[in-house]
Amino acid sequence: MPDVTDAPPAIRFSHVSKVFGGVKALRDVPFEVGQGEVHCLAGENGCGKSTLIKIITGVYQPETGAEMDLFGERLSAITPTIARQKGIAVIWQDLALFAEMTVAENIAFETMLGNRPRFVDYAALRAKAEAALARLDVTLDLDARLGTLPIAQRQVVAIARALVGEARLIFMDEPTASLTQAETDALLAVVRTLSARGVAVVFVSHRLAEVLEISSRVTVLRDGRLVGVYPTEGMTQARLTELMTGKTFDHQVMARETSADPVMLEVAGLSRKGEFRDVSFVLRRGEVLGLTGLIGAGRTELAHVLFGMTQAEEGRVLLDGREMRFASNRDAVAAGVAYVSEDRLALGLIQPQSISDNAVLSVLRRITGRAGLLSPKAQDDLVAHWVRELAVKIGQPGDAVSTLSGGNQQRVVLAKWLATEPKVLILDCPTVGVDVGARAGIFRIVRDLAAKGLAILLISDEVSEVHVNADRVLHMAGGRIVGEYDPRQTTLPELEAAVYA
Amino acid sequence: MRDFLRAYPAEAKLLVVLALLVAGLSVAAPEFLTLVNITSLINNNAVNLIWAVGLLVVLIAGGIDISFAVGASVVQYLVVMALIGMGGGGWAVGIALAMAFGIGLGLINAALIHGFRIISIVVTISTFNAFFGLLMFFTSGKSIYSLPDWLSRPIYLWELQTEIGWADIRLPVAVMAVCLLATWFLIRRTTTGRQLYAFGDNPEGARRAGINIWLMQAIAFGWCGMMAGIAGLMQAHVTKEVVPNALIGRELDVLAAVVLGGARLGGGRGSVLGCVLGVALVAVAQNGLNLLGVSPYAFKMVVGIIILAAISTSNIDLAALLAPKRRDRE
Repeated sequence: MPDVTDAPPAIRFSHVSKVFGGVKALRDVPFEVGQGEVHCLAGENGCGKSTLIKIITGVYQPETGAEMDLFGERLSAITPTIARQKGIAVIWQDLALFAEMTVAENIAFETMLGNRPRFVDYAALRAKAEAALARLDVTLDLDARLGTLPIAQRQVVAIARALVGEARLIFMDEPTASLTQAETDALLAVVRTLSARGVAVVFVSHRLAEVLEISSRVTVLRDGRLVGVYPTEGMTQARLTELMTGKTFDHQVMARETSADPVMLEVAGLSRKGEFRDVSFVLRRGEVLGLTGLIGAGRTELAHVLFGMTQAEEGRVLLDGREMRFASNRDAVAAGVAYVSEDRLALGLIQPQSISDNAVLSVLRRITGRAGLLSPKAQDDLVAHWVRELAVKIGQPGDAVSTLSGGNQQRVVLAKWLATEPKVLILDCPTVGVDVGARAGIFRIVRDLAAKGLAILLISDEVSEVHVNADRVLHMAGGRIVGEYDPRQTTLPELEAAVYA
Repeated sequence: MRDFLRAYPAEAKLLVVLALLVAGLSVAAPEFLTLVNITSLINNNAVNLIWAVGLLVVLIAGGIDISFAVGASVVQYLVVMALIGMGGGGWAVGIALAMAFGIGLGLINAALIHGFRIISIVVTISTFNAFFGLLMFFTSGKSIYSLPDWLSRPIYLWELQTEIGWADIRLPVAVMAVCLLATWFLIRRTTTGRQLYAFGDNPEGARRAGINIWLMQAIAFGWCGMMAGIAGLMQAHVTKEVVPNALIGRELDVLAAVVLGGARLGGGRGSVLGCVLGVALVAVAQNGLNLLGVSPYAFKMVVGIIILAAISTSNIDLAALLAPKRRDRE
């Protein structure tokens, strides 16, 4: 951090409250970020993080009584324009970039703003873009179409764009949600460069490991109130989770001995060109088998083959002792394989449709009456059964899925697949976008299902998740299974060292 | 060369296809590559190309316009009635009126789209019907055959006698050139044009960046309306008459040509060069079939096949094919 002893803080807010229709989203919250500081804003969904950001950036006005200082200047009100002029920038999760335009145009986009038409000065535009990238110590092809860049580089473009606007404080909303480990490291390096040049960065992230690594202090909110501001030095993930949720979580390893149970799924020498090679393992009845590794290790590709969405070139898959050749995922479903995909929002659920319709989507044939028409009664019974079984918190079965929280949406996806009465359930990163508190609930369901005899393949890039919840853990890297671990004999740090090495 | 391919992949591919088509036709049909045939092709497609660049701006801004050809009919009628009413007028007045009426119709579309937040295809299908219905109702479908003298007299900008007849370039070609240049200037060289691309590409991102959304819709549809009006007047000039239902259906031909030229339905992509190539490819293909003695009924089918082929091969990336060579040099 640069010498900021005399500099006023970038942000010093106090007594910030906000009420929406009688609901108190924020209650008397203070927030302070020093110039050049890397700060983390942590809390579960609905804790008031986004409301606070929107107040600081002028989107919402706080209730009276709030004191707002930006860079040492007391402000009576903040509008989006004032916030921008003061150097406050937000990089939203969706980045708000233009895929069809070049990198240079995206970075220096503000030079093209204004209602009065002017000539585009492409030379000045490139110079600005180049200068912004230089400040980040990054080189990118300025003429490349943005859409051809990987997400990680688009993020750099978004940051560079904020710098062109002379940003002195940048909010980053879940910036690493879709990045690989290497890309995350590169992003964190950029954040350090920014900080060294006096630009403050406020991280909003669910991934606690990187939050602790990068920031110097963390502000924790819960239910619209400040829990506290803590130095990250000496803070552990477990402690931070506790602060965010107000609950203590049992991090005890759940693994149990499964080697005597009958084999449900056997995979031998499975290969698919460019994705994975020579993958062999067994999954037993009632077992939770963890599969971890970095993004790009081939985990999801493997799941796609097991679910019949793509076909392996070599190797065999035996389900309940019988060799399977799935031509499509319809075959896989019929044979008793269920797959809960990683991208729940886009692939797993039809957001605007009702909870009930989503839940029965995979079993429409079972709820049709004699004439081949859907039977509302059968549908209601089935939905009621699973809502009860999985403890899904819903208003009405007829409400749109999009009205549910992440954790409850995940339960609806589970219900949809469990209704097919599968023998093997593949869960691909089931907790992405789900709060720390709600994760525990999902894993409780996973353990219950296993106890009832379901064979579960649990894929996750969060090593701690598989360590706690799986009976055995497979480590995949570069398209191969490179290790098998027993959580009862391997500690979490050992496993993490192996995976993140 | 590679930079061009990377910036204009669809256009580059179209250029290759067009070149092959021209080469093939000049061998198969001797009349094809003659000055008389080429100049008549250009004269006959000037109006389409004016429409095309107008529609291009709407497509770039993420919209679509089905109503412009019918709008052109409305403008034709209104302008000619106004000119007759004022006792004749002249080119300056005629063009100015055509632009003004055209912009007016475009702004109606823009206001409906922005004011009621309805997607453009629904709005312009409605206005397509409304414009056409009103026109047929008030005109009772009657055509105007007695245009002001200056409007119906062909203007030759250049002519040359060849062994097989006269080759010439007429006024609509010059007007088309001006429209092309103006559109290119708007979308490539002005900040407003780049905002149109950004708006079409990511409307929410554009809104957050502070772009005036209403202004974008107004400019895009206003520009399209203006081009439609100019094209309508040129059409009346060429055919020496105003027939209320003469232009209906042309919108889909133009739309197909513009999309063929690389403009993306959904916004953010498209170029004037692409429009020229798209219109040219369809025109050359039809002309070639005609010269080869193929039944006119087969034209539409062949055009459909060309468009399908072009769209379905749009994943072939010429820039990527050339990439390895470049790596060798480095």
